[in-house]
Amino acid sequence: MTTITVNGRKHTVQSPPDTPLLWVLISELGLTGPKYGCGLAQCGACTVHLGGQAVRSCSVPVSSITQAVVTVEGLGTPERPHPVQKAFIEAQAVQCGYCTNGMVMTSAALLASNPRPTDAQLREALNGNLCRCSAHMRIVAAVRKAAEVSA
Amino acid sequence: MKRRAFLQAGGALAISFTLPLEIHAQPALPPRFQNINAWLKVHADGRVTFHTGKVELGTGITTALSQLIAEELDTSVWAIDLVMGDTELCPDQIGTFGSLTIMLAGPQVRQAAAEARLALVELASKRFNVSSDQIRTADGAAFGPAGARATYGELVAGGSLDRPLSGKVALKTPDQFKLIGKSIPRVELPAKVFGTHRYINHVQVPGMLHGRIIRPALPGAEPLRVEQGSIATISGARVLRKGRFVAVVAEREVDAIRAARELKVEWGPAPAMAPHGNVQAMLRSAPATDRELIKTGDTAQAIAAAPRKHQADYYVPYQLHASIGPSCAVADVGPEGATVWSATQTSFNTRHSLATLLGMKPEQVRLIWVEGSGCYGQNGSDDVSGDAALLSQLAGKPVRVLWSRRDEHLWEPKGTAMTMRVSAGLDGAGNVAGWHYQVWSPNHALRPFFGMAGNMLAGDETSMPAKYLQAGADRNAKATYVFPANTTTLHLVDRSPIRSSSLRGLGSPQNTFANESFIDELAALAGVDPIEYRIRHLKDERAIEVLRAVRELARWETRPSAGKRSGVGRGVGFVQYDNVSAYVAVSMDVRVDPQSGSLRVQRVCVAHDCGLVVNPDGVRNQIEGNVIQTLSRALFEEVQSTAQGLQSVDWASYPILRFTDLPDEIAIRLIDRPTVRAVGAGEPAASPIFAALANAIFDATGARLRTVPFTPERLKAALAARPAAA
Repeated sequence: MTTITVNGRKHTVQSPPDTPLLWVLISELGLTGPKYGCGLAQCGACTVHLGGQAVRSCSVPVSSITQAVVTVEGLGTPERPHPVQKAFIEAQAVQCGYCTNGMVMTSAALLASNPRPTDAQLREALNGNLCRCSAHMRIVAAVRKAAEVSA
Repeated sequence: MKRRAFLQAGGALAISFTLPLEIHAQPALPPRFQNINAWLKVHADGRVTFHTGKVELGTGITTALSQLIAEELDTSVWAIDLVMGDTELCPDQIGTFGSLTIMLAGPQVRQAAAEARLALVELASKRFNVSSDQIRTADGAAFGPAGARATYGELVAGGSLDRPLSGKVALKTPDQFKLIGKSIPRVELPAKVFGTHRYINHVQVPGMLHGRIIRPALPGAEPLRVEQGSIATISGARVLRKGRFVAVVAEREVDAIRAARELKVEWGPAPAMAPHGNVQAMLRSAPATDRELIKTGDTAQAIAAAPRKHQADYYVPYQLHASIGPSCAVADVGPEGATVWSATQTSFNTRHSLATLLGMKPEQVRLIWVEGSGCYGQNGSDDVSGDAALLSQLAGKPVRVLWSRRDEHLWEPKGTAMTMRVSAGLDGAGNVAGWHYQVWSPNHALRPFFGMAGNMLAGDETSMPAKYLQAGADRNAKATYVFPANTTTLHLVDRSPIRSSSLRGLGSPQNTFANESFIDELAALAGVDPIEYRIRHLKDERAIEVLRAVRELARWETRPSAGKRSGVGRGVGFVQYDNVSAYVAVSMDVRVDPQSGSLRVQRVCVAHDCGLVVNPDGVRNQIEGNVIQTLSRALFEEVQSTAQGLQSVDWASYPILRFTDLPDEIAIRLIDRPTVRAVGAGEPAASPIFAALANAIFDATGARLRTVPFTPERLKAALAARPAAA
């Protein structure tokens, strides 16, 4: 049996070992933050942090996981928002919100490794995350703001 | 000329109707909605539950409608809880589409809230024993003389506002607005940022199974052999079938996914190959019903007599809605009735069609709307609702169906391809003497109207009849410009070669691409500044004002658009959406690399007039979304197809715009008109984008792109086809 740590809590996985992490998070843990978008690591809606790195949970077999998983629910809360979450709300950088999880998680991982990204680095880091409502300009503005605040 | 309008579409009879007015008519509401009570409830804690048939599509109407309600009620936006699109609780305010929510439902919602406020004033007048005119309301409370105060919750005291709507209560005037016109932050946005917002894919019903639908490469193929044994080792997985509808169910979602992947189905031949090769030529020669939209003057004569003539053809291919979240629905169908959780835009119509699918009366089906991924028109949400409903009926248990990425790309009804031809003659002064516009377009509205189950895939696969509206091809076919002679003709193609339905703006972005490119071509021919040339042909003051506003915002340098060859240029596009709605002018700055054929959009300026602005930041968010989404369609998007089927199956085979493709800046000027009726902002700014970009490319290079998307190959070909530089 695989055991994983998600948002600081240990969980024994019931699903088969080759099950992608995303389905364990959704079906077994009942999490609503990470989203199914493509199952192909093409869109970024399922992004979580694995050992602090942004990864596509739809394409990581749960049995391969050795590091702690953090989802957007573990990143921050209304009472204690992560600076990126605070900035997304201030910039109103959302429309339907389906991609927002991936945008927030990718940006938070970027700022953890590169607290003052250039605009080009920022766009490059988010390039694997798709947004169809096209809130891109606001997302860029929000991450830039979060970088300024955290720096 | 009326040609055959009866078609075989995937086994079911599809009949086209050209009655677009039906979908804009407000349905008569059941008698109970003549009472305040049916619209809203005031709770003891002062919170207000309000029922609306309109739904949140990610465009922010939860907030905008809450502002309208809170404004008329004199309470806080944050005290409003909207119940949206539940057929048991909400009024049928037609679907949520066409940028019509604020325009059509806005006044209804305000009226109900204003009447509720008056009822609360009368309760306060009794309680304080003073006349109504001595009562003031603010912040969810009523105030009387000498410090008398009661909250709305105290006034209602657990009861209800059981009073008929008078229809006579006056709405607030702009000078009284406290909330309308303010950029109130989106009420549901924090939950989306913290990952706690509940979407359709989060709906759970006790005992529910997970289902996946197995569909052939080509629509209409019969399943000849389904090998149940191929999934025998998967825990709890089984096959359910009816007609051409083939599905698997399992208790665990992972097992349903695996079963869908491993089930072996042998498909028979399909009734037709997928369209391939020259779709534009196919549309031009397809059986069609012709309709003359405008006939002013003798256009043929005006063009024949003109000293200068010009003609051009334009094409926009099939494109995807391309929702980031694949469609999902949950259904619980029993012998007596059904409940379906759906992200549809049309709760009541879809409920009716689901009832037909299930062999029930509409009253036996309750549709509970739950927000889905942004849809931008009819994505797979209605189809997946049919899938879940039929599957639940077959399984005898609640079933949740979530489409895969591949399902969504292949089976969502596509945005419709359109081809346009415009001819004109210019008089001696370079002005338009005659204008002849033609568009060939299949239908844009396969929505489940009329209680038709065959409009949904599951209905079609079980041989239920379909009936579609021939709507949307006319949207902005008519140019806003005034010409001495104008003939505008629609060729309504009877059958869409690829199953299609409403995508943001329906035919408006395509028609506006042709109209606004061609007027630009004429301006260049006449040697006149493109904005000046447009204004010369306009009579509508609001149209002229948005063009002047964008000229100022862009710091536009007046010049004839002769088509320089510097690689840097600027273009303009204009629309009055749907010819009756918002006015938008867009300018776009572009830098073209002639070697690679690649281009960068640098700065986009938008002047936007949608009458009264309810939430300025919400409107800006919609404008930015329209600009970038349509840039994506302009630069990258075309559904790929071979005879064997559609080849656009994921984000690699159907790329959309990414962060590194973004413009540097989008500058927006909202022209607020507090005393003019509010019209929607969900679609209008999409319409001028194709043309603004094509016109900018022309200004930068002298090359004309008349086929969307503007790929590097097409741009290089257009550059090579330019006449030798002077």
